[in-house]
Amino acid sequence: MTGSATTAIAGTRTQRPGIWKRNQRALAPWLFLAPGIAMFALYVIYPIVASMWLSFYDWDGLGAKTWLGLENYVELFDDDAFYTSLYNNIIWLVLYMLAVPAGLFVALFLNQTVTGIRIYKSLFFFPFVISQVVVGLIFSWFYAPNFGLFYNLIEWLTGTGVAVLADDRYVTYGIIAAGLWPQIAYCMILYLTGLNNVAPDQIEAARLDGAKGWKMLWHIILPQLRPATFIAVVVTVIGALRSFDLVSIMTDGGPYGSSRVLSFYMFEQALSEYGFRMGYGAAIAVILFAIMMVFISGFIWKMVRDERGL
Amino acid sequence: MKLSRKSVLLGTAAFALMATQAMAEQRTLKYYADFDPAPLAAFEAAIAEFEAANPDIDVVLQNFDHEGYKTAIRNFLSADSPDLANWYAGNRMAPFVNSGQFMDVSDVWTDNNLGETLASAKGSMTIDGKQWGVPYTYYQWGIYYNKDAYKQAGVEVPTTWAQFIDNCAKFKAAGIDCVTTGTKALWPGAGIFDYMNLRTNGYDFHMDLTAGKVAWTDDKVKNTFAEWAKLVEPGYVTANHAALDWQDAASLLIQGKAANYVMGNFAVAVFKDGGMTNDTLGFMQFPEITPGLARGEEAPTDTIHIPSGAKNVDDAKKFLAFIATADVQTKLNEALGQLPINNQSKVGDDPFLQAGFKMLSTADGGIAQFFDRDAPAEMAKVGMEGFQEFMVKPENVDKILERLEKARQRIYK
Repeated sequence: MTGSATTAIAGTRTQRPGIWKRNQRALAPWLFLAPGIAMFALYVIYPIVASMWLSFYDWDGLGAKTWLGLENYVELFDDDAFYTSLYNNIIWLVLYMLAVPAGLFVALFLNQTVTGIRIYKSLFFFPFVISQVVVGLIFSWFYAPNFGLFYNLIEWLTGTGVAVLADDRYVTYGIIAAGLWPQIAYCMILYLTGLNNVAPDQIEAARLDGAKGWKMLWHIILPQLRPATFIAVVVTVIGALRSFDLVSIMTDGGPYGSSRVLSFYMFEQALSEYGFRMGYGAAIAVILFAIMMVFISGFIWKMVRDERGL
Repeated sequence: MKLSRKSVLLGTAAFALMATQAMAEQRTLKYYADFDPAPLAAFEAAIAEFEAANPDIDVVLQNFDHEGYKTAIRNFLSADSPDLANWYAGNRMAPFVNSGQFMDVSDVWTDNNLGETLASAKGSMTIDGKQWGVPYTYYQWGIYYNKDAYKQAGVEVPTTWAQFIDNCAKFKAAGIDCVTTGTKALWPGAGIFDYMNLRTNGYDFHMDLTAGKVAWTDDKVKNTFAEWAKLVEPGYVTANHAALDWQDAASLLIQGKAANYVMGNFAVAVFKDGGMTNDTLGFMQFPEITPGLARGEEAPTDTIHIPSGAKNVDDAKKFLAFIATADVQTKLNEALGQLPINNQSKVGDDPFLQAGFKMLSTADGGIAQFFDRDAPAEMAKVGMEGFQEFMVKPENVDKILERLEKARQRIYK
C-alpha cells in the first residue's frame, strides 16, 4: 500500500497508527454485524419494546392514547376469555408434542429400501407442503355436520353425529388433530435426515452384542438422533404457541370463544372487526411473549451448553 | 395555402387553450367504497349520470374488498383521505364521528330538505343533533319461510309468538327444523336476539340496551331470553348451528329440512339461486310477542360520508345531495334489490321488497340498525358470542347475562 511512502515522509506518524488501525480487530466484527444488528433492532427489539409500552395504554388505533398503567393487565387477569385461551394453549402445547414421537415412528417405518420408497416418503411429507389454510379447510369439511366424512362416520357408528367444531368440549382437540397432520410430516422429515446419519458400524456392533428391537432403538438409534429430536421439539413448541391460522380458518375462535388461543385472542382484541383495543391486545401479546421466553431461554441455554461441550 | 395553414395553427391553439381550460376546471372527487359486483355496476351508472350533470367534476371511484374495507378505512381516513367514503349508520359510525374523522353534513340535510325525504333514517344518521352522512339504501329483516314445509307439516303462517311456538312442535314432529340459522360467523344469531327483544320489550328499550343504558341483568332482558328459550330448549333450532355458515343454513331451508329463517332480504338471492321461487318462498314479519307494543323493525342502512380530510368538500356535498334524490335512489335500489330511503322513490316489483317496504313504512316503533351497528363493536362481539352460547346451552343464561353486564360496565364508561 501507500504505507511505505507515508512513513518515509512523516516518520513520527508510524509510531501512532490511526484509530482504525489500532482497533481494527475489535471493530471489524461489529462492522460486519452492523447490518444484522440494525435489522434485528428495528424488526425484533423495537416491536417488542413498543408492544410492552403500548400495553400500558388504552388506544383504539385512531384517537389519542390514554395512559392506563397496569389496568390492562388487571382486566386481563379477571377475563374468562383470557383463561380459556391460556388453557387451550396448554392443551395445544401438550398434545402437539405427540407430533415428535409420531414423526419418529413414521420415519422409522419409511427408513427402508423398497422400490418406490421415495414416492411414499414424499406422499407422507405432502401435508406439510400444503398451506395451513388449506389444511384447515379440509378438516372443517371433514368435521362438517350433515355431510362431513367424520360426522357421518360417527353417526354410522353411534347413531348420532358429533359436530366437532360446534361443540365446546371437542373443538380444541379437533383443531389440534388438524394441526398434527402437517406437524407429524415435518417431524418425520427431520428424523429421516437424522436416520441417514446414523453410524452403520455402531448398529452392527450392537447387533453383534445381541441388541434388537426396542433396546436397539432406545440405546443405539435414539441417542444418535438427539440433534433431530431437539429441532423437532423446538419447532413443535413454537408451532403450538403460535397456532393461529387453523383456529382462525376452522372456527374463528368459536363456538362462543371456546377454541381461542392467546395469539388468536390478541388478534381479535387488537385487529379484528370488533376489536381495535390495541393496548389490551398488546398486553396479551406480552403475556404470550413471556410464555415463549420461558421455552426460548431453555432452548438457548441448552444450545450454549452443547456448544461448550458440557 | 398559407392562409389555411395559419388557420389550422390558430385552430389548434384555440383547441389546446380550450382543452387546458376544461382540464383546469375539471375537479376530481375521490370516492372509496366497498361494493360487491352488482352494486358496483349500479353505482358506476349513478356516477356517470352525476358526471353528465356536472361535467366539471370527475368522480374517481376506488373499490375495496368488502371485508378488507372495514380495516382499510381506519388507515386511509387518517393517512390518505378520500373526499367520500362508504360506511354504516348508527353506532357503527360513532367512533369516526367522535374522533373527528367524519365531517358534519347537516347543511346538506337542511339545504335539500332531507329531513323530510329521508325521515326514516334521520335518527340513525344523527349524533349530537347533527347529521354525519347520507344514506342510500336499506333492507328489511324478517322471517323467510318455506311454503312447502308449512304444507308438509299442515300448519298456517302464524301471527303471534304462541302460534309460532305451537307450529314448531308440529314441525319437529314432521322432522323439520322450525327455525334454522348458521351462527359460525356469529351475526345471524344477533338478528334473532334483536327481534326477540324488539317484540318482547319494544324499540325504545332495545335502543337503551344497545346504548348501554340498561343492565343486561335487568328483568326485561331476562324476559326476552325466557321467550327465546321457548324456541331453544325444546330443540326447535337447527342443531350444530355454531358450525354452519349462514349459506349452509339457507340450503337447509331450500331443501325443506327447515321451515323458517330469521334473515335479511339479501338472502332472497341465495334462496332463489337454490331453486326457490315466489311460489315456494314466503316472507312474514316477526310475530308479536308482547301484545300492544309499538312495532319496531330491523333495517340496516348503508351510507356515504365525507371524511374530515376531504380536499374537495363542495363537490362531495353536491354528490351527497345527488345520491339523496328520489330518482337516483329508485334506480340504485332497483339494481341493488334493496329498499330506497327517500320516501318519494319507487320500490321494485319484487314481492319481498314490496312486503319489506310496507312493513318498514308502517313500523310505528322505530327502525333498528342491527345489533352490531347499534351496539359498539366490542359489545357487539361479546353479545353475539353470548347469543350463540345461549342457543347451544340455554341453561347458561344467567352466566351469559352476567358476563355481558360485566362487559357493558367496562365498555360504556
